[in-house]
Amino acid sequence: MNAFAPNPTNETFVLNLGPQHPATHGVLRIKLVMDGEYVVEAEPVLGYIHRMHEKMGENRTWAQFMPNTGRMDYLHALAYNHNFACIVERAAGIEVPERAEFIRVITSELNRISSHLLWFGAFILDLGGFSPLLYAFDDREQILDLLETVTGSRLTYCYFRFGGVYNDIDENFEAGARAFVARMRERMPMYHALVTKNIILMKRLTDIGHVPAEMCRKYGATGPVARGAGIDFDVRKHEPFSIYPRFDFDIPVYHEADSMARYMVRMDEIEQSLRIIEQALGAMPEGPVMAEKVPKTLKPPKGDYYHAVETARGSFGIRAVSDGTNTPWRLKLRTPSYSNLIVFGEAARGMLLPDALALLGSLDLVIPEIDR
Amino acid sequence: MDTDAITRPLEAVPTTAVKTVDYKARGFHLEVSVSPQHLRDVVTVLDRTGFFIETITGVDWLGEKAALRKEAEAAAAAKAKAAAAKAAKAAEEASAEVSTEESPAPKAEKAPAPVAAPEAPKQPEVPQTDDLEAVYDFNRYDTLFRVAVRVRVPRDTPEIPTISEIYPAAHWHEREARDFFGFTFAGHPYMVPLLLPEDADFHPLRKDFTA
Amino acid sequence: MFFIDAELIRLLAFVLGVIGFVALNAAYLVWLERKEAGHIQRRIGPKEVGPFGLLQPLADALKLMTKNLITPDGVDPILFKIAPILVMVPAIMSFVTLPFSDTLVARNLDVGLLAVFAFASINVLGLLLGAWGSRNKYAVISAARVVSQNVAYEIPMLVIIVTLVMITGTLNLHEIVTLQTGGFWHWNVLKFSASPLMPVAFIIFFICMLAETNRAPFDMAEAESELVAGAFTEYPGMGFGVFFMGEYANIVVGTSLATILFLGGWDCPLGLFPGVHWFLIKMYALIFVVIWIRWTYPRTTFYGLLNLSWKILIPVAFFNLILTSAMLKVF
Repeated sequence: MNAFAPNPTNETFVLNLGPQHPATHGVLRIKLVMDGEYVVEAEPVLGYIHRMHEKMGENRTWAQFMPNTGRMDYLHALAYNHNFACIVERAAGIEVPERAEFIRVITSELNRISSHLLWFGAFILDLGGFSPLLYAFDDREQILDLLETVTGSRLTYCYFRFGGVYNDIDENFEAGARAFVARMRERMPMYHALVTKNIILMKRLTDIGHVPAEMCRKYGATGPVARGAGIDFDVRKHEPFSIYPRFDFDIPVYHEADSMARYMVRMDEIEQSLRIIEQALGAMPEGPVMAEKVPKTLKPPKGDYYHAVETARGSFGIRAVSDGTNTPWRLKLRTPSYSNLIVFGEAARGMLLPDALALLGSLDLVIPEIDR
Repeated sequence: MDTDAITRPLEAVPTTAVKTVDYKARGFHLEVSVSPQHLRDVVTVLDRTGFFIETITGVDWLGEKAALRKEAEAAAAAKAKAAAAKAAKAAEEASAEVSTEESPAPKAEKAPAPVAAPEAPKQPEVPQTDDLEAVYDFNRYDTLFRVAVRVRVPRDTPEIPTISEIYPAAHWHEREARDFFGFTFAGHPYMVPLLLPEDADFHPLRKDFTA
Repeated sequence: MFFIDAELIRLLAFVLGVIGFVALNAAYLVWLERKEAGHIQRRIGPKEVGPFGLLQPLADALKLMTKNLITPDGVDPILFKIAPILVMVPAIMSFVTLPFSDTLVARNLDVGLLAVFAFASINVLGLLLGAWGSRNKYAVISAARVVSQNVAYEIPMLVIIVTLVMITGTLNLHEIVTLQTGGFWHWNVLKFSASPLMPVAFIIFFICMLAETNRAPFDMAEAESELVAGAFTEYPGMGFGVFFMGEYANIVVGTSLATILFLGGWDCPLGLFPGVHWFLIKMYALIFVVIWIRWTYPRTTFYGLLNLSWKILIPVAFFNLILTSAMLKVF
C-alpha cells in the first residue's frame, strides 16, 4: 500500500498532527498535506520544547553539564551520561577503573531494555493495542526499581562521573539484575506469542513503511532504523567504547527495511542486552568505582573531540570543543532521533494515514532529544 | 578503510587541507579544511565513497584572532598587567570599531559575557573579524572512519553553499545551523527556522548572544 | 385512568423500562469494560468510588452532566446538537421489538427483524452528521471511514440475515426464538440440518456486529492514535456522553440480536427453566467477549477492514446463502 492513490484528486488539505496528538508521544507537530487519507507531503515542525542544552553547556563547567545529558533522551539517559563521561575522559585522559566500566555497561544495558520496553508498549498503543503497554510497564518497573537503588533516580539519571560512577552496586542489585534477566527471558516468548504473532499486527507492519539502506545513508539514520534496513551498524561493535568488545553479543539485522524489521530489531536487542548483562554480572571484578586522580576543576586540553555511543535509538555523538578552560567552548549534541525523524518526510510520502503513524511509531522518537 | 583511498580524491579538490588525526585521542580520523567555494566538491567525494552524514554544526571563534595575536605579542607572565592597562583603551576602540564594522551590535554586547568567552575582553584591539566555522561530520556504516570537514567564513558574512541536494539530511542540519549561528546557506530551498520560533532574529549559539 | 387502554399503559411501562435498561447498561458497561480491561492488563480497575468502584459510572455521568455544553465556533449548531440524539434514540427504539423472554417484549412486530436493522442504520447517520457538523478534519475523516465501513459490513450481515430468514421463514423475532427452544442443539448456531456453515455464519455476524458498532479491532471511527477522538473530537460534556451511551446501547442491541438469532434467546441450553435470565446471561457473555477482543487486539487499518469484508466475509456469506437454499430445497 506504499504508493499514491492511483488517481489523486488534486484536492488536498492540510492536517495538523500535533503539537498535542496521541500518536506523537510528545510535543511534535507534523504538518501533513493530505489527499483523502493519503499523505502527499509530511513536514515535521520542531522546537516546541527546545531548551538549548548546547548553550547551557557553554555556560557551566564540564561537570555541571552532566545532569543535562539525562534530560535529553529521558528513556535511555544512562547512555547519554555515558557518552558525556567518555568524551571528557577522552579529552582529559582519565582512566576509568574496571569495576566502574562493568557497572556502566550493566546499568546502561538495563536502561536500554527499559527504553525498548516503553517503546514496545507505546508502539502497540499507536497501533490500537492497549494491553501490551501495561505488560511492558510491569517489566520496566522492575528495571526502574533496580536502577533507583544505585542511581537514586528513576528516569533522568545522573549516575556516571568523569572517571567512574557515583555509587557502587551491592549484592542486592546484582541479585536483582540476575532475577530480572531470568524473568525477562521468560517474558519474551509471551510477548512474541501475544503481540509479534498477532495477525493484525503482522498485517499492519509487514511491507509497510520502507526506509531502505540508501535512504538511511542519505539522511544519516542510525540505530534500529538502519539495522532494520540491513545495515550492520552498531556503535558498540563498530566503534567500540567502554568494555563492550569483551562481551559476546550479536547485532540483530533485518533486511526488509519495513516497520516489522525495525520492530524485530528492537525485540531482538532486548535479548542481546540480557546476554551482555548476564556476562557482565558473571565477570564483575572487585575494586574501586572511581578513578583516583580526577582533578577537582577539569580543564581538558585545547582541541576538539568526538565520541559516540549506541543509545536505544541510534548513534549519539558529542563534538566537544575545549579552549583549555573549565567550561566547554562548544558542545554539539548529535542525537539519533533527530536524524531518524528527517527520514519521515520522504518515507511517509504516499502512505495512508494509519500506516504513516505506524511508521512514525516505528522510528521510536523521543521528542526532548530532537528538541534538545 | 584505506586512508589513502579517501585522502587522494579529497586532496585533488582545490583549497583543501587534509590532516590525519589521532583517533585514540580525538575521536575522529580525518580533518578536511576547505574553502566555502569547494565545499560541495568535498562533500560529493564523500558521498560517492559511501559516507553518511552525521551532523552539521558550527563553532563561533569569537575572540580567537585576538587570542592568537595576544599569544604572539605578549609573554604569559605579563598578561594580567597588560590587560588592566588596556581596559580603558579597549572601550574607546570598541566604539570606533562600531562605525566601521557591518554588524556593530554583537561586537558591543560581547564584552559582558566573559564566562562563555574567556578571551573576549581582548577582542576590541584587533580590527580583523573573527571566524564562524561550520563543521560537517561524516561517518561510515561499514568501517570505522570519521571525517570532519571544516569551513571557515567571516562572522559578518557567513555564506556557505548548501549541500542539501547531495545529502537531504542537510536540509534540517543547515536550518538548525542557521538558527543557532546565522550562517547563510546559499541555495537552500526552504530556509525557515527549524528549532527557533518563526520570527526569531537572534542566533543563540553565537558567543556574543545574551538572553 | 379508565379511559386509557391497558395495552397503552403496558407499552408505556415497557418503554420506560427499556430506557432505564439502556441507560443503566450504558453506564455499567463502562464499568464492566474498565474492570475487565483492568484485569486483562494486570491491574485492578476502578475501585475508589463505592464498593468495587460500582458508583464510578454515576460519578462519571455527574461529571459529564455538569460540564458546560460548548458549541464550538464555526460548527453547524443544528447538526452538532441533533447528532448525539440520532445515535441514542434508534438504539432505544430497537429494544421495543426485542423479546427478552416469552412474555417480556414491548411490541411483538411481525417485521421486528427488519425494524431493528432499519433503526440500526440510522446510527451511522448520526455519526456522519455529528462529524460533518463539527467542522473538524479528524471528524470528517472519521465520518468517511464510518460510512464506508458500515456499508461494507451491512452487506455480509444482511446476507446472513437473509439466510436465517430462509431457515426460519419469519421476520418476527419472537417466533425466531420460539423455533429454537428446547435445548442448545435446536439453536440456529448449530442448525446443521439447514447449513453446515451455521457456526461460520454466526462468526461472520459477530464480526459484522463488531464493525457496525465501531468496536475494536474495527474502531476506525475513534482510532485515537490516528484521529484523536474521531467523530467526537469536538464534543464536550454530555454531548460526548450521549454518543458514548449510544455506542454502548448499540453493543447491547447487537449482542441481543446475536443471542436472539443464533443462541436461542431466552432458551436454556438444556431445555430447562427458560426465562429472561438465560437471555441476559448469553447477552452479557457476548458483551464480555466483545470487550475481551478490544483489549487484546490492535486496530486494523482501514483498507484491511474493507478487504476483510469485500474479499472474505461477503463471498463466504453468499456461499452460505447458496448452500442453505440448496439444502432447504433438497431436504
